[in-house]
Amino acid sequence: MTSIHPDQVTAERLAGLSRGATPPPVLDPRTGDGTLIDTPGVRAPLVLNNRGFGEITDIVCGYVENKPPRWWLPAFLAAFGLAQLGGILILYLVITGIGTWGLTNQVDWAWDITNFVFWIGIGHAGTLISAILCLLKQKWRTAVNRAAEAMTIFAVICAATFPGIHIGRQWMAWFLPPIPNANAIWPNFKSPLLWDVFAVSTYGTVSALFWFMGMVPDFATLRDRADRRLRRSAEGPILLPFVPIRTDKIRAFVYGFLALGWRMSSRHWHRYEAAYLILAGISTPLVLSVHSIVSFDFATSILPGWHTTIFPPYFVAGAIFGGFAMVLLLLIPFRELYANMKDLITLRHIENMAKILLTTGMMVGFAYSMEFFIAWYGGNKFELYAFQNRAFGPYWWAYWTMISCNVISPQLFWSKKLRTNVVVVWIVALFVTIGMWFERFVIIVTSLHRAFLPGEYHMFHPTLVDIGIFAGSFGVFLTLYLLFMRFLPAFPIAEIKAVLPQASPHSHGDHGHDHSGHDHKH
Amino acid sequence: MAKVYVTENNDRIHGIMAEFAGPADLYHACEKVRDAGYSKWDSFTPFPIHGMEEAMGIKRTILPVIVAVVGFTGVGLGYLLQWWVSNSGYQFVTQGKPYGGLVNGGWQVFVPITFEIGILFSAFASIIGMLALNGLPRWNHPLFKKERFLASSDDKFFISIEAGDAKFDPDATRALLEKAGATSIELVEE
Repeated sequence: MTSIHPDQVTAERLAGLSRGATPPPVLDPRTGDGTLIDTPGVRAPLVLNNRGFGEITDIVCGYVENKPPRWWLPAFLAAFGLAQLGGILILYLVITGIGTWGLTNQVDWAWDITNFVFWIGIGHAGTLISAILCLLKQKWRTAVNRAAEAMTIFAVICAATFPGIHIGRQWMAWFLPPIPNANAIWPNFKSPLLWDVFAVSTYGTVSALFWFMGMVPDFATLRDRADRRLRRSAEGPILLPFVPIRTDKIRAFVYGFLALGWRMSSRHWHRYEAAYLILAGISTPLVLSVHSIVSFDFATSILPGWHTTIFPPYFVAGAIFGGFAMVLLLLIPFRELYANMKDLITLRHIENMAKILLTTGMMVGFAYSMEFFIAWYGGNKFELYAFQNRAFGPYWWAYWTMISCNVISPQLFWSKKLRTNVVVVWIVALFVTIGMWFERFVIIVTSLHRAFLPGEYHMFHPTLVDIGIFAGSFGVFLTLYLLFMRFLPAFPIAEIKAVLPQASPHSHGDHGHDHSGHDHKH
Repeated sequence: MAKVYVTENNDRIHGIMAEFAGPADLYHACEKVRDAGYSKWDSFTPFPIHGMEEAMGIKRTILPVIVAVVGFTGVGLGYLLQWWVSNSGYQFVTQGKPYGGLVNGGWQVFVPITFEIGILFSAFASIIGMLALNGLPRWNHPLFKKERFLASSDDKFFISIEAGDAKFDPDATRALLEKAGATSIELVEE
């Protein structure tokens, strides 16, 4: 792997060399990188530096085709090692039993379901970006769309692990789907836990399909680039020393297979866009249903603190809140570490997402206070006790961590200066991620640890296995994410090109051909 | 029956491929090809160009209808599955609730899963339907033999008119594409 890129011009461009001659444009300092324009009627550029179609292809394909940055392999190995730790502890759990978690008393759903709800919620931001923002015609979504969808799928994988291993006898997990078995036992369709099985598996499947469909044209781009290099020269980088298979040959085959023969046809694009719109349309109610159904696991029970009608909207808002925090947590460092990524993910993207954090954070804060209000106004003393106990009982520290991370820390984003400062945004996103984990912990553990019978009053203490499996889930997530950044198109190439100003067939300014005599209908 | 055209090497001709300078040029060229009355032709662009359906005279796809039919089938099957399991497959009284159904009451518990299965079917229908209507997967195509064509997934814009079109004539078709502003024209062998 001597050559970084077979095309010298492209290599220079990727390294930012070929643009050295142009002086950087003089920008109004209030517009940050030039995208923070508040003037009505002036559209902020979605992609910086006037990138052309070919440059977009080069930048995004470069992340896949060039040698990965130096930090990539150590980061990958660390994440992979963490995932292995989780895997080993899961094996230990399966062999020994769920008593190896701190589930030795009545507080039964402690970390496992906390982690499940935490991860599944994170996924929701990806679907919000790919589906809801698509329906709302928010063009800025194109830059973060693919990365957020990838996050969705990896988060669902992490989430699905926890209910799978918390059932006690994990080898009986196949009883979850409705399939005939030797004992003629079928699942109970009246149970919200089964609704959850269907909601999460449908969500995972539909998200993966949507993600894959979005990547098909970009796989075609990667295929064609590899194919062109193969046709142009007989020599090229090989897979490994002494393994004389050209890397491009493998790329042409693998990406070619995944591209399904996509050939950029307008007739195909027409149906593709129809399918995309339909998927966006059905994913929107789907994503709202998934966390609503997750909240039914709690809301349909009779436990004080769980049995509230505010749960579905409150959970959905919290999911989007936590998910956007994770998107920012991932993309802000990647934006710094990868060449030219700042042209695609601009300060305005960061600012928009910070605004969403502020909005959804306030929704969550409203839900917290409304829960308290109804507990008092409803006149149910068990309910009121549950909430007083949450805020001032033995788990007061968890409750106030949640409040300060989720409600107070996003308030910084009222200031434009702070919400356009990537370091501040990253730190707040980190706080929100912590806060959202604590939110689920507070809901689950504080309600369970003071259930109806005083004999059930216990504190929950996580064991090393609890902690290790949770850490392992981060390892799985980061491993998959780093592999995604390395081998798959991290940005929707075709979609970004489509939102460039020169993509419109009606802008006559940017080509020098004379069309006089044509019948202009537009 | 359209005539069969061959090259001097006796290779059958797939059609003529022409390159255009940009989205606007391609758009107006497509309008000309459309107005000339061709039917077996296509344009190739790195991204979907807004309004291309009109410029090419593409009819609205039937995909939404397919998705609706399959999606509602999913809704029906999802409900039936739950109703059958709860009333016939494995009758089991939980919390004194009815087995569930429209007649004896208690259908509401079936709503979430009915909805999810409807969504699942619709998602598969929209992707598989889209691919099937597009004739994909098809990993091989005569156009892929042209190295120039491979840039269509990067930053180049093409129109291809197939030899199988009833109006196809090597000279007239070529002249049409030239007049429409093509920057290069190539013959594509089968």
